Amino acid sequence: MSRKKDKPRKSAAEAFSRRDFLKGAGVAVSGGLMVGEQVAGATPPEGATQVLGPGAVPITLKINGRPHKLNVEPRVTLLDALRNHLDITGAKKVCDRAACGACTVTLNGNPVYACAVLAIEAQGKEIQTIESLTTGGKLHPVSAAFVEHDAQQCGFCTPGFVMAVKAFLDKNPNPTMQDIEKGLGGNLCRCGTYVGVRQAVLEAAKAMKGGKAHA
Amino acid sequence: MQAFEYASPTSKEAAVKLLASEWGETEVLAGGTDLLSLMKDQGSAPKRVVSLAAVKELKAIEYNPSTGLRLGALVTLRELLDSAEVRKPYPALIEAAEGVRSPQLHSMGTVGGDLLQRPRCWYYRGGYGLLAQMDGKSLVPDGENQYHAILGNSGPAYFVNPSSFAPILIALGAKVRLFGPGGARDVSLDKFYGTPTSADQREYDLKPNEILTDILVPAAGGAKMAVYEVRQKEALDWPLAAAAVVLNLDGKTVKSARVVLGHVAPTPWPSPEAEAALAGKTVSESVAEEAGKAALAKATPLSKNAYKVQLARVAVKRAVLAAAEGGA
Repeated sequence: MSRKKDKPRKSAAEAFSRRDFLKGAGVAVSGGLMVGEQVAGATPPEGATQVLGPGAVPITLKINGRPHKLNVEPRVTLLDALRNHLDITGAKKVCDRAACGACTVTLNGNPVYACAVLAIEAQGKEIQTIESLTTGGKLHPVSAAFVEHDAQQCGFCTPGFVMAVKAFLDKNPNPTMQDIEKGLGGNLCRCGTYVGVRQAVLEAAKAMKGGKAHA
Repeated sequence: MQAFEYASPTSKEAAVKLLASEWGETEVLAGGTDLLSLMKDQGSAPKRVVSLAAVKELKAIEYNPSTGLRLGALVTLRELLDSAEVRKPYPALIEAAEGVRSPQLHSMGTVGGDLLQRPRCWYYRGGYGLLAQMDGKSLVPDGENQYHAILGNSGPAYFVNPSSFAPILIALGAKVRLFGPGGARDVSLDKFYGTPTSADQREYDLKPNEILTDILVPAAGGAKMAVYEVRQKEALDWPLAAAAVVLNLDGKTVKSARVVLGHVAPTPWPSPEAEAALAGKTVSESVAEEAGKAALAKATPLSKNAYKVQLARVAVKRAVLAAAEGGA
C-alpha cells in the first residue's frame, strides 16, 4: 500500500483503513491518465489566455496552513481533491450538488460547498477543513459543544455542520436563536438533530467568548 | 462530469474570445453552484469552461443616488448583503439575497449567476432536456408537476424560472448589460427572459459567446419595495412562489405599482392585473388581497400544483403590505 509521507492523520485506527485499499486499487487506472498532463507554469502567448487541461495540471492548494502540490484535471472539485487526492477526508461527499452542506470547508474564512468549487480555482486561497480544528487532541469549542449537546446521530453531516458553525460564529459571536436558524440554513441533517445543533451553537458561542483556545 | 479545458481570462474581452458561437461547446463559470451540479448530472458537457473569477471589473458595486446602481455580475450574495450602499435604497434586493438561506451559497453564488441559473425542474435535471420530453411529449402535464408552472404553462415549457433576483430587478426596471464579440448591448430585464419552444434554446436572450457583465438598476427615487417568498422549509431551497412589489406612493395612495411574480411561470411573471388593482388605491389588507387575486386570475394549474395558486396570491398580498409598511 502506498502511503504518503505527509499523511495528515496517523492514529492507530488508520493503520488498517479501507481508504488505503481503495487507493491501492486505483493506482493502475490513474497511472494511465497522465497523457494529457500539462505544465501550468508555461507562458502563454502575449495577450492570450492560457487554456489548461482537459488532462491533469499541477496545482498548489494551501490547506490548513500547509501547501500541497498535486496534479488534477480541471474538472476535479475541491472536495474530490481533498478526499481522493490528498486523503483529507473530513469533508464528506453526500449530495455533491451544492445542497446539503456535508462538504463545507472555508475559503479565506467564508463557508463554501467544496463539491461546487473547482480545485484549480481554490488556488491562492486559505482552505480550512475540519482536520484543522482539533489540535493536540484538544477539541475546538464548536466540536466540544456538538459532543456535549448530542448534536449528531449518524454523524455524517457533522464535519460540515461544525465548519459552518465555526464560520458563522467567527462572524456572529453573539447570535440569537433566530440568527442561528437563519445562519445555518446551508446544512442539512437527515437524522433531525437540529435541536442539539442549535444548543451547541449557543454553548460554543459562550465558550469561544470565554477565551478557550480555538483555531 | 466530463473532462473539459479550463481558462481563467482576466478581461471580458479575453473571456468572449474563448467562447464558442454554439451552445454546448463552452460554458461560463461564475460561482459554480449551479453549473457544476448541472455538469455532474450531464445536463451540460462543455469542451471548455471559461471562468470569470479573475475578471475583476465584474465585481464592482457602484451606487449613485441620481443614476442608480451598477452591480457587476460577479458580485456575490455575501458582498451584496454586506453592502450598505445597496441596503438603504434597495432593501428588497437584500430580502431577495436573504431568501437564499445558505451562507455557503451567499459566499459562492453571484448575482449574475442567479439570473442565469438553469431551471430546477427535476425532469430537466434528470436528463429529459429543458422541455422535459420523452418521445417528443412532455412528461410534466401527467407527471410529478407539483413544483411546475401555474401561469404561462400552455407548453411546451412547464418549468419555473428559478431566479431570486429577477422579479425584484424587473419590478425596479433593471437592465442587464451583455458583452460579446461585437461589444456591449443592454437589454431590459423584462425582455431578457423568454419561454423556449425547443430544447436546444435557452430561456434567456444571451448568445453563447456573450457574457452578462452588469446589472443596471435605476434610482429607486423613494419607492417602497418588498419581496415575499413562500417556501416549504426555512433552510436552503427554492421558493414555491414569490412576489416582488415596488410602490410609488403619494401620501398613502398608490400612484403606480410594479408587481412581478417568481417561481410560477417559465419566466418571471409581471402582473399588470395586480398593478391595475393597486393603482389609485390606499393600501389595506383587502386591497392587497385583491391584488393577489388579480395576479392569479388567469392561472392554469396542472394536475398537482393547484396549491401554488393560493401561495402566489398570498405572496403578492404580503409583499404589497410589506412594501407599503416599510421598504425604503
